[in-house]
Amino acid sequence: MDNISLLTMAPVLNVQLLVDGLLIGAIFALVAYGLALVWGVTNVKNLAQGDFVMMGGYIAYAMTLAGIHPFLALPVAIVLMFAFGWLIYKTVIYRVVDKDLFTSLLATFGIAIVVQQLLNLIFGPEVKIAESGFGIGEYLDGGLTVSNIKVIAFFLALALALVVVLFMKKSRMGQAIRATSQNARAARIMGIDTDKVYAITFALNAAICGAAGVLISMIWVIQPYFGTSYSIRAFVIVTAAGLGNLPGVIMAGLGLGALEQFGSFILGAEFQQAIVVGLLLVILVIRQIQQSRHRQVVK
Amino acid sequence: MTNILLNKTVGIVAGVAAIGMLASAPAMAKVEGDTITLGSAISFTGKYSTNGIHASNGYNLAVRMINAAGGVKVGGKSYKLAVKYYDDESTPARGAQLAERLIKQDGIKFMLGPYSSGLTKAIAPVTEKFKIPMVEAEGASRSLFTQGYKYIFAVLSTSEQYLASSIALAAEIAKKNGKKPGDVKVAMAFENDPFSLDVRAGVVDDIKKHGMKIVIDDKLPRDLSDMSSTLTKVRAVKPDLLVISGHSKGAATAARQIKEMKIKVPLIAMTHCEAAKVISKFGDSTNGFLCPTQWSETMSYKDNLFGTAGEFDAKVKSTYEGYRNVPYQLAQAAAAVMVWKDALERANSFDIAKVRQALSDTDMKTFYGNIKFSAAGNNIAKPMALRQIQKGKLNVVFPARWATNEVDWPRK
Repeated sequence: MDNISLLTMAPVLNVQLLVDGLLIGAIFALVAYGLALVWGVTNVKNLAQGDFVMMGGYIAYAMTLAGIHPFLALPVAIVLMFAFGWLIYKTVIYRVVDKDLFTSLLATFGIAIVVQQLLNLIFGPEVKIAESGFGIGEYLDGGLTVSNIKVIAFFLALALALVVVLFMKKSRMGQAIRATSQNARAARIMGIDTDKVYAITFALNAAICGAAGVLISMIWVIQPYFGTSYSIRAFVIVTAAGLGNLPGVIMAGLGLGALEQFGSFILGAEFQQAIVVGLLLVILVIRQIQQSRHRQVVK
Repeated sequence: MTNILLNKTVGIVAGVAAIGMLASAPAMAKVEGDTITLGSAISFTGKYSTNGIHASNGYNLAVRMINAAGGVKVGGKSYKLAVKYYDDESTPARGAQLAERLIKQDGIKFMLGPYSSGLTKAIAPVTEKFKIPMVEAEGASRSLFTQGYKYIFAVLSTSEQYLASSIALAAEIAKKNGKKPGDVKVAMAFENDPFSLDVRAGVVDDIKKHGMKIVIDDKLPRDLSDMSSTLTKVRAVKPDLLVISGHSKGAATAARQIKEMKIKVPLIAMTHCEAAKVISKFGDSTNGFLCPTQWSETMSYKDNLFGTAGEFDAKVKSTYEGYRNVPYQLAQAAAAVMVWKDALERANSFDIAKVRQALSDTDMKTFYGNIKFSAAGNNIAKPMALRQIQKGKLNVVFPARWATNEVDWPRK
């Protein structure tokens, strides 16, 4: 409980924790939004979500090896991961789209393992980072330090989310995706190529993850097996917010980021991830209790 | 149809028979002609492959040097050394399997260790079961030496010594500045895994000995990628010494966030600085970090085979491509082979009981450090050293006997 009194004695610590949490939380929200998209449209629960994030990170890392600034990896990762997502859909996911829950869980779990092992083979097991070199901001008489890349990543994550939302609302394909998520059969009758919609949705999600991974590589560290923790976070956020609730996903993402920081400050760093998993448990129980009858759709 | 089936069956039977014959073929004896074959399951692939390859390079280099210098003399005859390797794929279960295969099928009587404490822990019960002595160079966990094993001998310092010297250094600095060691505040962040908890145990023992205060005691998660909340705490409580151990991910995460959060602690000690390449990644912000090392090429150890530590360093660089710095993992592997030569010559026999006795009587000086085994099998004659990052270079600063430079205090 000493740690709580520290927080009350030095309020600036709260600011540091809150800022750190919110900035990273935006990236969690981005990953979670991708998960909700795929979940809502194809009903596939993608357990490889976090591993797609790691792939994006390694694309940024590989580019730094070639002397290219990791920031420029953002468009590259989006394009490459979109193609990768498409490929995975065409080879694996389309076979499990209308199968039961466990088939799709097993399939995506398998993809996660393959991705992890491939990354390990190519890049080795040591943690990697991509340095942005963007400098560090100091505020409140040095009581608050924030690396500029975190701030940039925060706004980029929000901007990306906005782009995806606009795409879903305005574009033909976006409308088709939403239609398919509401009623795939009806959409098919209306002439929508649902298979293509599924493929694009899955590819879009991979691209979102790739972008998130690039940002993560510049903020934290990446490692072939670290993807799982991002998958879990994404599941926590989506289960807390619901599938069709973008503001909810963003709020839950930011909240989770902040909660992790405060939780690990007060309880110790060993609880940082225990908090996430514990929270998932709590949310599941609450959801079970108040299980609503209304259908959830992607908006 | 039946024919095809029959053919298939015959094929399978023949295959099984062939495998059976292979398995029952005369086992390669431990000493054949003029060659003594040592055996090792080591990680050529998988997550430990980098260091597994370093270790095998060390084994091979020592074998080559010993053979060039006349080999091993037993019973008046000169024998050449050779090593039989299997790839354990960095998985403990596979390592144990392969150790059994080396002993039972290949008839290996003298083992070299694998890479990492985890693999050594998996293999030790096997060598123990078959009463085959193993000289290992890469398993530092102290739990290896609390099981009552009789056939394991380790040339390296055990893990609880890794950062303990940073506590001694902090106490020394406190005294120099006219303060009591008891006033020193220590912040600790250790990963929740067997290795780091060993390191922590050693640190805590020494903290108690000096009566220092522990102000932070965080355990970092296994897939650690953020320790900013711990560092926020560090900023608040202003410790005199920050100690971190969490493999290379811990070192990389800590170095990145210490830089980003502008953490100013007079002394910071962490394991795996080199593996995480913190200097090249984070530049000046890592100046002053203390990094423990089993061995450094600047130390004044020497022997008759390789010469000084510096000469060993040069030899590795001229033999293998791609080494700008020689990792201690390679040096200690070479030392393990030297222990075998020494023990076999003193035993003057290939009788396992005599060889084991000779191993446990080992008291030798090598380029890597002095080697003398405790009853439990760990090396008690070689201390850990601390190097400090000074202007982008790692210089030995502690203990004073091996120091090439003064410690920079406070850092920056």
